[in-house]
Amino acid sequence: MAESLAPALDQGAGMPPTRLAAYRAVLSSRIRAQRSYRANFYTDLAGSFLIGFIELAEVWILFHNVHALGGLTFRNILLVFGIADLAFSVAQMVFGHVDRMPTFLRAGTLDVFYLRPQPVLLQVITSEIGLRRLARALVGLGSLAVGLSLNQIHWSWANAVLLLVTILSATAVHSAMLVWAGGVQFFLVNGAEMTNAFVYGGRYAATQVASVWSAPLKVLFGFVFPMAVTAYVPALHLLGLPGPAWLPTWLAWWTPVFALWMWGLALFTWRQGIRHYQGGGG
Amino acid sequence: MPVRLLPYWRLFLAGVHEQSTYRLAMLGGLVANATFGFLKVAMLFATVRAAGGTLRGYDIGSMSAYIWLSQGLLGSVNLNGVSDFAERIKTGDVAVDFSRPVSPQGAAVARDVGKAVAALGPRGVPSVAIGVLVVGMTMPTTAWPYLLGVPSLAVGITLSAALVYALATAGFWLIETRGVQVLYMVVSGFFAGLFVPIALFPGWLAAMASATPFPSMMMSPIDILTGRVTVARSSALLGIQVVWLAATVTAGLVLTRAGRRTLEVQGG
Repeated sequence: MAESLAPALDQGAGMPPTRLAAYRAVLSSRIRAQRSYRANFYTDLAGSFLIGFIELAEVWILFHNVHALGGLTFRNILLVFGIADLAFSVAQMVFGHVDRMPTFLRAGTLDVFYLRPQPVLLQVITSEIGLRRLARALVGLGSLAVGLSLNQIHWSWANAVLLLVTILSATAVHSAMLVWAGGVQFFLVNGAEMTNAFVYGGRYAATQVASVWSAPLKVLFGFVFPMAVTAYVPALHLLGLPGPAWLPTWLAWWTPVFALWMWGLALFTWRQGIRHYQGGGG
Repeated sequence: MPVRLLPYWRLFLAGVHEQSTYRLAMLGGLVANATFGFLKVAMLFATVRAAGGTLRGYDIGSMSAYIWLSQGLLGSVNLNGVSDFAERIKTGDVAVDFSRPVSPQGAAVARDVGKAVAALGPRGVPSVAIGVLVVGMTMPTTAWPYLLGVPSLAVGITLSAALVYALATAGFWLIETRGVQVLYMVVSGFFAGLFVPIALFPGWLAAMASATPFPSMMMSPIDILTGRVTVARSSALLGIQVVWLAATVTAGLVLTRAGRRTLEVQGG
């Protein structure tokens, strides 16, 4: 890897390297590294696409058996699924590497990150970028596009802005979930499944019709981990449908606030974790 | 017990101990099982209700039984395709396995089955308990489903370990098998009936699922245990499971032999 880093760092020869040069060098080397096992890279891409596709199929099968669920038809749910899955895949592509925190912690790899003069979180994120997840984002994007064209949506400026703000906020929420989960790993060490319940459970929840949820689920995935308010509720608003109990559609405009809440929680947890860490030995 | 089988029995017990050591991981797994379980309850109950109370042989009670049994089996049936053996091929440690006086396949499968059995207590039982106590679920009151269901469960668990082993042997040729593992994870969960029971699939998709070994890992044991299928159908399902197990073990054996010839370990 040292060799592959050299050319990127040399580009600034003669001048002091900019602050971003190191990140750029690492990222481009990670991208090249992923493509070096070619057969694996292509099966990775195919697998990633298939994940999104099958998750959509699982939703479709339910609607194949009944016409409407919780007040939504399959056309309607395509919109919810599209927003949620697109946001989740983009978040996974950029922040997905935080998922490997348990390995970093157990193997003591994290100690190296502490020694470098850059924030640990930024180093963990840039130590890999999951290109294969682009394939999955395509499924989300496709579902969103079909959902937007098949449904009767009144295209005002307000609705267009709402859609854009929703996608950005939802991506921020799913990214923050990964950072939060990474922060919790400092305390759990070997309990990744505990946070998976909310990170991946959250993705599953975000693509659902939240009106069928029990009250505890509405609290957990409606507000604490704001999944329903960043996909289902804005979709209802775009479709001009009324919201169920606890999830009124005016909340659709509050998605940035929920994203801020989730990032606040994520950064707080991450900082606590960083302070708690005692080193992996060795 | 014949002396030849003794090492595998010991490896099985080692698997049981290994799995029992990680208590916090078990708790984490249980939290995940329960969270996903409640989300499945919400969607699948709503589907059954929207269909008028019964859907393809499921009512609320039997749908609940499907949900909590499938969640309880998640710690024991390997639906992610991740295995230690794949990692050992990648690192070259497999060379050590080949020099041992036991079959690498037998050793890997015995250990994984041990881990799976150990997970039934702390992950399987609480999941079913949530189903019974919090949500409510219907289980059969006759003996047949349990008499056929327990061996079916044992075959399902062993089949999943044997399949994941066979998958790992791809590493002899590919080295990095993460892509193959991800493909396996996606397809196996879907066709094993993890998120949606196969009975709800449209006909052509259900036919596709039954052409794979995946329903034999999870859907068949659940269908038998919950008494959703008749005794005759249960026996047939168990028979199909045994055939898949035999085929998978044979495939694993052949692939190991072929892989051993191509294996190149670098460094030293």
